Amino acid sequence: MPEYRWPEIGTTSLIGKRINRVDGPEKVTGRAKYTYDLKRPGMLYGKMLRCPHAHARILSIDTSEAEKLSGVAAVHIVQEPGTEIQWAGDDVVAVAAVTEQITEDAIRRIKVEYEKLPHLVREEDLAKAGDRVKPFTEQVTGDPDQAFQAADTVVVEGEYGLPVVTHCCLEVHGQVAEWEGDRVTIYPSIQGVERVAGQYAQALGVPASNVRTLMQYVGGGFGSKVAADRWGTACAQLAKKAGKPVRLMLERKEDQEVAGNRPSDFARIKLAATRDGTITAWQSESWGTGGPGGGGSPPIPYIWQIPNQRKIHSAIATNCGPARAWRAPNHPQACYLTMCPIDDLAAKLNMDPLDLVVKNVSLLGPRAELYRQELAKAAELMEWKKNWHPRGDRSPGPMKRGMGLSLHTWGGGGHSSECQVSIHPDGSVEVSLCTQDIGTGTRTVLTIVTAETLGLPVEAIRLNIGDNRLPPSGNSGGSTTVGGVSSSTRRAALNALEQLFLTVAPSLGVSPEQLEAVGGQIRVKGDPTKSLSWKQATAKLGVASIKEMGKQPGPQPNPGELTSSGVGGVQMADVSVDVETGVVKVNKIVAVQDCGLIIDMKTAESQVYGALIMGICYSLMEERVMDQLTGRMLNANMEFYKLAGLADIGELVVHMWTDPEQQRRGVIGLGEPPVISPGAVIANAVASAIGVRVPYLPLTPPRVLAALEKGGMV
Amino acid sequence: MRDQKNKPTSDKRKRGISRRKFLKGVGLGSGVLSSGILGGPLLPEASAVAQAAEVEVAGPTPAPIELTVNGQRKNLRLEPRVTLLEALRDWLDMTGAKKVCDRATCGACTVILDGQPVYSCSVLAIESQGKNIQTVESLAQGDSLHPLQAAFVENDAQQCGFCTPGFVVAAKAFLDKYPNPTREQARLGLGGNLCRCGTYAGIWKAVLEAATGRRDSQRGIGQGGGSNA
Ligand code: FES
Ligand code: FES
Repeated sequence: MPEYRWPEIGTTSLIGKRINRVDGPEKVTGRAKYTYDLKRPGMLYGKMLRCPHAHARILSIDTSEAEKLSGVAAVHIVQEPGTEIQWAGDDVVAVAAVTEQITEDAIRRIKVEYEKLPHLVREEDLAKAGDRVKPFTEQVTGDPDQAFQAADTVVVEGEYGLPVVTHCCLEVHGQVAEWEGDRVTIYPSIQGVERVAGQYAQALGVPASNVRTLMQYVGGGFGSKVAADRWGTACAQLAKKAGKPVRLMLERKEDQEVAGNRPSDFARIKLAATRDGTITAWQSESWGTGGPGGGGSPPIPYIWQIPNQRKIHSAIATNCGPARAWRAPNHPQACYLTMCPIDDLAAKLNMDPLDLVVKNVSLLGPRAELYRQELAKAAELMEWKKNWHPRGDRSPGPMKRGMGLSLHTWGGGGHSSECQVSIHPDGSVEVSLCTQDIGTGTRTVLTIVTAETLGLPVEAIRLNIGDNRLPPSGNSGGSTTVGGVSSSTRRAALNALEQLFLTVAPSLGVSPEQLEAVGGQIRVKGDPTKSLSWKQATAKLGVASIKEMGKQPGPQPNPGELTSSGVGGVQMADVSVDVETGVVKVNKIVAVQDCGLIIDMKTAESQVYGALIMGICYSLMEERVMDQLTGRMLNANMEFYKLAGLADIGELVVHMWTDPEQQRRGVIGLGEPPVISPGAVIANAVASAIGVRVPYLPLTPPRVLAALEKGGMV
Repeated sequence: MRDQKNKPTSDKRKRGISRRKFLKGVGLGSGVLSSGILGGPLLPEASAVAQAAEVEVAGPTPAPIELTVNGQRKNLRLEPRVTLLEALRDWLDMTGAKKVCDRATCGACTVILDGQPVYSCSVLAIESQGKNIQTVESLAQGDSLHPLQAAFVENDAQQCGFCTPGFVVAAKAFLDKYPNPTREQARLGLGGNLCRCGTYAGIWKAVLEAATGRRDSQRGIGQGGGSNA
């Protein structure tokens, strides 16, 4: 059995280098076919009639006029009369017709009567939430009362918060469904091609073996695309009734309202330190909503193991579209709610926040030393010590400049995964597993791992993914994909190579263990003159291909293994604020990020760049605005639900942490962690610039101006 | 109910209105019938339209529409409310341009219309007749990428890739107009497109690099907005 390790650092020809995304050409040419782009023969277009009320009971549904419309092929009632609807935009009736336009006409002809029920859609004021508040139990560590009152203690108190934001994937949620007898093929827009098949089987009441799921490209997910969803099953029902394939993609408005969001979190926080800057106590009362289910509890204080704590969290049930995992669930909120008070504490202590963090670094747990080093690196890249000033930029003119910092952590251990690597007699190589590339570079990583292991160029590898008939590999969630699939692929490739060595060793007159695969050759270690080209070697297979499996059980705890868990990073931001207009401009963000062994430096860096930009979006612009009167989302579109554009991003500096010790930890996921800190770094930089805390994200001009008007806590 | 597809063309004539005028009128927007924009000699026809609209709740029937896409004539029968984006995607199966916001905000649907970049989600197919429509599909020649596309790949200016074709087309139109942009011009000139994965840093670099490449090679390939540039 081969030894399942990564190649020695410094010996690789592809791993850790800057390799182009292998599916880049398909994407830049527009040839990549996403679910939204699929057109199956005879395909119909599906749409959903949705409930306009935030809380209501369906009294009656009349679809007769829609059914009479020429071109309409199927109508399917998703939620029957009597059902209580919990959020505006929930699915009621699905329709399929020959064109999208006729489907729209049909939807307009459906008559539904509702009994309206009282709703709550806003949660930022805890006092107004009434019986919708579900408090969790209070948690106490140490003796917070004593710690807050101890002599020589400095205390800061403040309120901080982040609103609900949506995923706003550019490809909306949806799928194509196509039946052949009692077998159904679903083309989903999904982060888990394999797992979603089982969900369809269950919802449709067909044997799991009758469901095929296929997807090559998905236009973003960020955590929101892991379920079949009611609209998915409805699409399959329409296809069955119509006897034709149906494509049902959500409208942008619907996607914003019902297809996922990140829970809000608000908190009243008290934080104490001794006068010399030793952090001693934390107290928080926090609340937030993730829709009807309430929402999760952010892990605060984030990372910091403050000895004395009292905290209580309440979830508020609102009549809003339910939350879904949003890139690093709960962490951006927890990070913001922790790192902002720490920054305020530094201001009150008249300390540079970098000094405060370094002074208390031992509270950062097992990763403390790495954080210290990463802080130093980030400070160097930001020229922190040269540029830092006490809170409030005193320079003349309306443009005020400031800097902020934050740190974060994430798991990211590889999920379980199985892979098959085939080596064919003609020399071609196939890698097959049911994973998906959600834009993170999974295809590229798998290609690199196989090519590196077999000593071949990336072009020699053919990859099959996105089909639930391939060996199973989990959802792309929790940054668990890269660790899992790169490990199973490494194992399968090593197993396949071992078989090839067994076949060709006799012809080179050596034992299989003496062989290596390098530069397109199978050669004898230490004696490169004894070699076969890859094609000569595989020709010796005769007519039988090698097909070998690799199984990765999940993360492995020991150093030197293929994947482990736990990453971290430090970020710093430099912003300018116009105190006359309240406009915040990001000048620069530095991100220092560790993530174990990096397979492709180019796409890894892209993950961090992308996370920083998404971070700028939620720090400065993004906010779901709910209207309590109508119970509807007011900005369920992309004009008023703002995302940053190219002109908004400033200079981004990404530094991947690649010391040998980290690389020996194996491959660990990266997609989520760098999106955690931007809220805190940008907000802290704004406070540093203007001298007062703007307590709530996003840092829009009205909020900045309001904070300036009120003055500050410092 | 009438069958939209097989409706005989002759019954329009009974109402004394040419199909083309009828559809153009409606194509201007839904307010047109009531707002009196159709005045003068068109008035009698407009009232015929109003009558027809009363009968036909489902809307005007498909009409012959000819589009010139990447230098090729395409003959379609489309309802006048069909947008250029829908015509390209649902009728011509040219799916490089994406539907994302459907409201002229994100640029994922960008195509070049007579040399100008437009949001094709907000242009009717019927209004695009007689114009030169250039889509992302025209840029690469087989496996050989347009230099701008190559620069996108080289700078990893795509993640999920859903915004990418729109960005490529917008960048192409931008560079056709500003062959030697400054960093600042590029920063502002590419502001009409949105990306959720956050690929702006790569896009910015790619566009500047592609511009430099053009200056260096000056072969006239890929410039000037010709339909297959
Ligand atoms: S889809 Fe046309 S601009 Fe967004
Ligand atoms: S690459 Fe995903 S939206 Fe731009």
